Formats: sequence, C-alpha cells, structure tokens
Amino acid sequence: MRIRFRFSKLGKIRFTSQRDVARMWERALRRARMPLAYTEGFSPRPQLSFGLALPTGAESLAEYVDVALDPVRAEEMGLDLATLPATLNGLLPEGLEIEEAVPVERSKDSLQQMVTSCSWTMRLAGPTRDELSSSVDALLAAPSVIITRERKGREELDDLRPSVLALAVADATADLAEDPTGRTVGLVAELSTQPRGVRPVELLRGLIAVSAVAAHGTIDGPADSGRPGSTPVLDRACRTQQWIERDGLRTEPLLGRVVPVGTDRAQHALERAS
Amino acid sequence: MESLWPQIEPLLAQVTKPARYIGGELGAQQVEHGPDTVSWLLVYPDSYEVGLPNQGLQILYELLNERHDAAAERSYAPWVDMEAAMRTAGIPLFSVEGHLPAAGFDVLAFNLSAELVYTNVLNLIDLAGLPVRAADRTGDDTIVMAGGHCTFNPEPLADYVDAFVLGDGEEVVGEINDVLAAHRCGPGCAPGDDPTRAAGDGQDRRTALLRDLSRVPGVYVPSCYDVAYDDDGRLAGVTPRYDDTPARVEKRTIADLGSWPYPRQQLVPLIEVVHDRLNVELFRGCTRGCRFCQAGMITRPVRERPADQVRTMVSAGLERTGYDEVALTSLSSADYSGIEETVGGIIDDPSCSGQVSVSLPSLRVDAFTVGTAAQIQRVRRTGLTFAPEGGTWRMRQVINKLIREEDLYAAVDAAFSQGWKRVKLYFLIGLPTETDEDTLGIVDLAKQCVAIGKRYHNSVSVTASVGGFVPKVQTPFQWFGQNTIEELTRKVHLLRDAARPVRGLTIRWHDPKATAAEGIVSRGDRRMGAVIEHVWRHGGTFQEWSEYFDLDLWTDALEAQGMTLEDAVYRHRTEHEVLPWDHISAGLHRDFLWQDWKDALAEHGLPDCRWTPCYDCGACTGYGIEHVVASAVPPAGGSQGTGQDLSSGGQVPVRFLSTAPSGAAPADRPAGGAPAMAGEGRS
Repeated sequence: MRIRFRFSKLGKIRFTSQRDVARMWERALRRARMPLAYTEGFSPRPQLSFGLALPTGAESLAEYVDVALDPVRAEEMGLDLATLPATLNGLLPEGLEIEEAVPVERSKDSLQQMVTSCSWTMRLAGPTRDELSSSVDALLAAPSVIITRERKGREELDDLRPSVLALAVADATADLAEDPTGRTVGLVAELSTQPRGVRPVELLRGLIAVSAVAAHGTIDGPADSGRPGSTPVLDRACRTQQWIERDGLRTEPLLGRVVPVGTDRAQHALERAS
Repeated sequence: MESLWPQIEPLLAQVTKPARYIGGELGAQQVEHGPDTVSWLLVYPDSYEVGLPNQGLQILYELLNERHDAAAERSYAPWVDMEAAMRTAGIPLFSVEGHLPAAGFDVLAFNLSAELVYTNVLNLIDLAGLPVRAADRTGDDTIVMAGGHCTFNPEPLADYVDAFVLGDGEEVVGEINDVLAAHRCGPGCAPGDDPTRAAGDGQDRRTALLRDLSRVPGVYVPSCYDVAYDDDGRLAGVTPRYDDTPARVEKRTIADLGSWPYPRQQLVPLIEVVHDRLNVELFRGCTRGCRFCQAGMITRPVRERPADQVRTMVSAGLERTGYDEVALTSLSSADYSGIEETVGGIIDDPSCSGQVSVSLPSLRVDAFTVGTAAQIQRVRRTGLTFAPEGGTWRMRQVINKLIREEDLYAAVDAAFSQGWKRVKLYFLIGLPTETDEDTLGIVDLAKQCVAIGKRYHNSVSVTASVGGFVPKVQTPFQWFGQNTIEELTRKVHLLRDAARPVRGLTIRWHDPKATAAEGIVSRGDRRMGAVIEHVWRHGGTFQEWSEYFDLDLWTDALEAQGMTLEDAVYRHRTEHEVLPWDHISAGLHRDFLWQDWKDALAEHGLPDCRWTPCYDCGACTGYGIEHVVASAVPPAGGSQGTGQDLSSGGQVPVRFLSTAPSGAAPADRPAGGAPAMAGEGRS
C-alpha cells in the first residue's frame, strides 16, 4: 500500500535540498515506527517517491511524497491515517509540515510523471511594479524567449515561452513571509513541467531577456542597460500548487480538487495569490 | 547580542550548500544568554559537514547547556564562498543556533583535531572581529580556548590562543566555567551583579582571569610561560613565570566512561555530513601500543563503557534520531571486551526490525573480527577495511602493529568467503627504518589478498591506501625525522609501478606535499606560529582540502621566517634535545617513550598491556587510575600475533570492582555511573 502526503516547506529549512528533505522524511518515518516497505538487494532503502524536485532555496505549500508500506505490518499495527499527519509533524524538523495524507493505488504513475505544471508565487527585487509589468507583457507577447539553461552540467539554449502558461504581477503577501525591505514586487506564474520543469530563476532569465530585447531590439545587448537596480533579482519563490492536467481537467495530486482548464490561468493564479 | 539572521539570509541564495548556516538540527538547543551565564561558542575550524559530527564538541555542548550558569552555541568554518560574502557584507563569524556574533560570546572554544586546520583557526578569530594574536586582545575581549588531540603540542598556536585544555573535557569544562563565572562580575561579587562594576581595568581583569585559568589542572595558558632559546637558536625551555603556575601541565583523564553517557542528544543535521549516523563510544584509550599512533598514546588508559549502557545508548539513540545505522566507535572497536554480545544484542533488538546496520570503524585484523563483521553487516554489506600499516613483519615489529601475515590472510579469506568482494588495506610509508623491501612488501601483501579473493569470486577489488607518515608528539616516534617529499614520492612510484601489472589491485596515496605541510606544524615550537600566520595572511585557508592546499604557501612562509623544511620536518631529534612540548604531559614518561623508540629501532614488539604486566608508561600510575574493562574475558582471537595465549580468558588476573549503581541523572554524574565491571589492568 502507498500513502501520499502533501506537505509544506517554509522558512529557514528552504535552504536544504530535495535529497536532504528525503532523508528527513526517512528518519521521521522510522521514528514513528511506520511499517515501511524496503527495496530489495544489498542496500535496502525505504520506498519513498517525491514529486518534482523543489529548487534549493525555494519554499513550497505543495510538496508531495508517496510512501510505500508493508501492508501486513500496517494492518497489524492498525495504522490510523487521521492521526498520522500530527504524529509525523511532531517528528519532522521545523518548517516541514504535513497537511494531509491519503492512500493511493499502487498502480498509479509516479508523481514525477503525472504532474504537468506548477503554480509559483515569487518576489522580485530591483524593478518597479510598472517595469516588471511591461517585462511580463513583453514575455507573454513574445513568440519565443530563448534562454540558456544548464542541462547535465552543460549550458544549452532553450525556448522558455511554451512553458510559461500564465504570468502576472501580483500581491505576494498571501504566500510569502513579509518583505522587511518593502521594495520587492510580487509575481505569480504557472510553469509547465513537461518535458522538463522550468525553475523560477529560469523564468527570471526570460524576463531579463525580453527586457533587453525591448530596449535594444536584440538579445545580444547588455542586459542591464537601464538604470542601475532595474535588473530583477529573485528574492523569494514559493511553489503554491502542483497540477495534473488530463483530458481537459486539472486536478491537484492529493485532494483531487478539479479546476477547469481554460484561458483563465492568470486569473486563477491571481486568485491563489490573493 | 542581536541575531544577524536578517543580514545573513540574503547571502544564502548566493552560496553553495546554504543549509550549513541555518542550524535547526535535531538536538540543537535554543539557549538564553544572560548576565549570570557564561556564553560559549564552540567552534569546529573546518566545514560544517566535517565538524558537525564531532563527538567531543557535542559532549561539551550538552554538558555546558545542562548547567544553569553556562550557555553554549556552535559554529563552523564558513566555506570559502560564504566567507567572501560575509566579509563583503561586514558580517562576522556567527553561531548557527541564534546567529549571534562570535565576539559577543565570553569564550570562543576551538576543537583541534588536525594540524592543517590551524590557518582556519586564525581566520575564524579574525572573522569574529577579534585581534588574531592573544597579546593584542584586551579587556573583556572574548577568551580564545582550544582543546582536542592537537593540543598535546600547543606551541605553534600559543601566540593566538589564550588557553589550551589537555585531555578529556568532561570534568574540566565545568571547572573552567566556574572560573569564568566568578570573573564575569569580578572577584567577590555575587552572580547577578552588574559585570561593569567589576574591579580593575580591563587588562588587569583579563590577566587575572588567565592566571586563574592556569591554576585549573589540565589548562595551559601560554602567556604564563617564558620561552628561552639558546645561542644556536634552539629551544632552551618553556618555563612558568609564576610560582603557582605548573611547570608541566598534565592532561585530564576521566576515570570511568560509564559515568558520562554522552552525547545523550546527538545532533541530527538537516544536511548530509560525514559519519552521518548514530555514534556510540565503546571505549576511550587504547593499549595496543602502535608506536605511530598519537591517539593511542595520549588517551591511555583503556576505559570501556559498560555493555548495558552501550545497548541503552544505542536503542535510545536510534529511537530518538531515526537513524538506521549506528557506529560503535573507539580506537579499536573489535577489542571491546563485550563486543560479540553487544553487537548481537543490537542486531536482535526487535525494535530495529532488521533494518539497522552496525559499523565498527576500526576492525582488528583477524578472522574472528570478520565473523563479527559478517553478523553486523548482514543488512548492508559494502567493503571491509583492515589496517596492517606495514608491508613486512619486520616493519610491523618496528611500529608495534603486531599482525602476522597469517592473520591478515585469514581475515581476508574469511571476508571473501563470506561474500565480500571489496577489501581495503591501510598502510603507512616513510616509517622509521623503512627499506624498499618493506615498501614493496605492501604490494606483496595486497597481491596475495587478490589471489585469495580469486578463489571465491571472478572479480575482486583490493585497494591499498597509502599515507605518508608524520611523526607525532607524545609518541615514541616523536624523535624521528620525517621522510622528504622526494623520498615519499619515490616510494609512491615504486608502489604504483609494482602494482600496475596486478589486476584487481588499486593503489591510492596521500599527497606527499600535504604530508610535509602537516609535518611543519606538528612538531614546531612557538616560532612556528609566524609561519601559520603567514600562510593564513596569504590566503591559505582550508588546507585540509586538496583544492585549496598549496605547499608553496608553506615553503614561502618558512623561508620568510628563516626556517627550512630540513630543520623543521626532516631532522631527527636527539635524545637530550628540549622538545617544544616537554612542558605538556599526556602522562607518558619521557624515558618510557625513549625506551620504546629504541625498542622500535631494535625491532622489538611490545604486547598489549591490558593482558600483560605493566610497562610503567606513566598513564595509569601517574594519575592513580587504571584500565576499566566491561568484561573479565579478554577478546576472542585477540592475540594479534603477540604470542599471547588468551584462549582461557578467566586466567588473566582481573579483579572486579564494585561501583555505585547507575545514577543516570546529571546531578550525581561524577559519583554515579552504571554498574561497571571494572577490571584491574595491573598498572
């Protein structure tokens, strides 16, 4: 049997990596004496399956993990899903908090394969709200936005535009801790994860690229040609949702909430953020 | 003190592994600093991943925080990128718990586990915003202290550290805290009084505090000593300046490890670190008597933890941490007298549900040990490591690592026959009296091991890992002139060429240049501090790391001080020469060490003194303590080629001492202790 957990990663712990979070889960599950199912072989590991890796430094309100359990031992100990989140929350480090746990069928595809897009709320330092708005408009209007991305240790050029499903300047205070400087601008986005995920920093690179194009008519111009400080710097980023889109329906991986797919992605993103 | 977190947080997006700087480990303590508490910043002067698991630092962290008049936080060397960002932003060294500035603490206490971190120590004092030289620190500036194995030659750092602590820290840390607490508000005032009302000006207060610290047994305060040199520039002596300062500072030794079941709350980090597992210390000290081994010499006598306490610490620790691996640590864990029962008890503990693996970091070389290893590694079987250290029996007699070839082959045979396919062997090169025959003996041994493996498996891997020998202080080899870089390199090439045709054999070696740099610092006198400072001022931090190590920095620094590798490292010391650490005592008589050095040159081995008459090395007799063993029965298969017949363990004269029942509570710690079966090692 498998249990899928939805959890958040907020605060200082955002500086840990996905691998670190996996180890924190393993230790918490063992401390809770969960009847874990282990892999075969010389080096048995608990079978945990996380969804799309969250970049180190980003926060999240929507992380998932599937945990495989030994059904016989789970039966014996009478595992109670209702109390499980509270039990594990007492054992996970501060900053990781489980929202809900539900059993899932073993035959289902992995989270990594199923998730098609993620919603993000970001906070950018540097540009004014108006400057960022015009960059957003330029990006949405552009037929293609070529950025450099790192893949397997090598830099390559890639078109970002098809992956940007929605993008809007917005109030970020609902999802992110208060900005002590008060000089940042919020941004919400929905970014596709197929064939591969787009990270917030890559979106930022796209915004910088279109601004440079707008200023010089070419991507080769200096990126920071405007007044100093106008180049956006990613201050905070938070993944607010992961989505599974299939047959025109969009669902959230655990709670199964259905959200219609339409032209209102930005609108939805705004609703999430407000 | 105010948290620097708001300034630190923006830097973390720019640096590698930012979680090194956030704290938040399981077991981390949020302490309150106040006028009645002495605040300690315990610093490991290397990266977070290397420093966090350090058990000594964790033990002191807990002991201090159990006191009502102390509060301890931790810090580690920020990695190069973070340090650059901190210096640009004007952020000083900070604690990982409260992100408080280091200079706001009363004490900066460094753990010194390796010589090549010394430049990091200077860097961290500087990053804290304190004057690097002790003499330049004034008034109420933070006191800089250091403990750990390297303090047995404190002189190279004597101009930078206010006070060194020798030996086991469990008892002395409290005594030091008492002195610091009394001085917080000046002599005669009650705790809680305003510290600013303390008598005298700042410099007087600092001098008085250091004088008081120098009277605590086990504490060495360099500024209370005069250093004299003779006409040839050789060290003539380090002598106390005051009547009440000890001429020779003796190390501290806890009599019974069972009274100190620490750490109780081992730190579980959020990120992966070295030794990322539960660690339970089986015993402290080692009496094998390997002559190259400083750890074995300076931690005598053997003090075993009672077996039931080991089991309790393991089961409670696993339950608390969620780790699935426990290491039973010591200098030679298979020598623990209750090892079989202890390991069996952990493996068969139902709460471990068959998924906990046990590791013994230091295996003895014999078939019996492999049997134990097979039992404990049935969960996760990786590779086995043995340390014959020398390539020939003659060499091993010189270094007193008395392993016969038969012992090694039997161990390797047992390993391969029980399913292991990878075996790693540790060796030293550059040992005293070493000939090329001894060096090449390493390949002969390893080749035989490959051949044994081939009987069981088509494909086997034997790795011979070769380190260059650095003579260490307080050992019989402290007089030996280290091999030159060229000589070590030549020997590495000999080994590499001889091993090349052997399929399945890999030779790995330590950089001879790094070996030389370690030698520069290991046996230096107080003047070596200027060399360390020179290297640091020229950017030489993280010298333990090959990507940052630079021998040229060290040779330039030597030259700038008018010193040479020849004199500092390669020169044999003479019998009556004043050694820079002569005023520092690990309990070992100098004439014992000299005799052991002569025995080494004569190729005489010396059996383990736990089971033979006392050699009077001084460690037991001098301190009025003795070996404490958990079982009256010597370890099975424990002869290790010494010719000692230990098959009938009951015949070894061991006396049972009754001790008070376990108190467990910290309050009655020194008197309490679990019901240890203490055996008399005939000291």
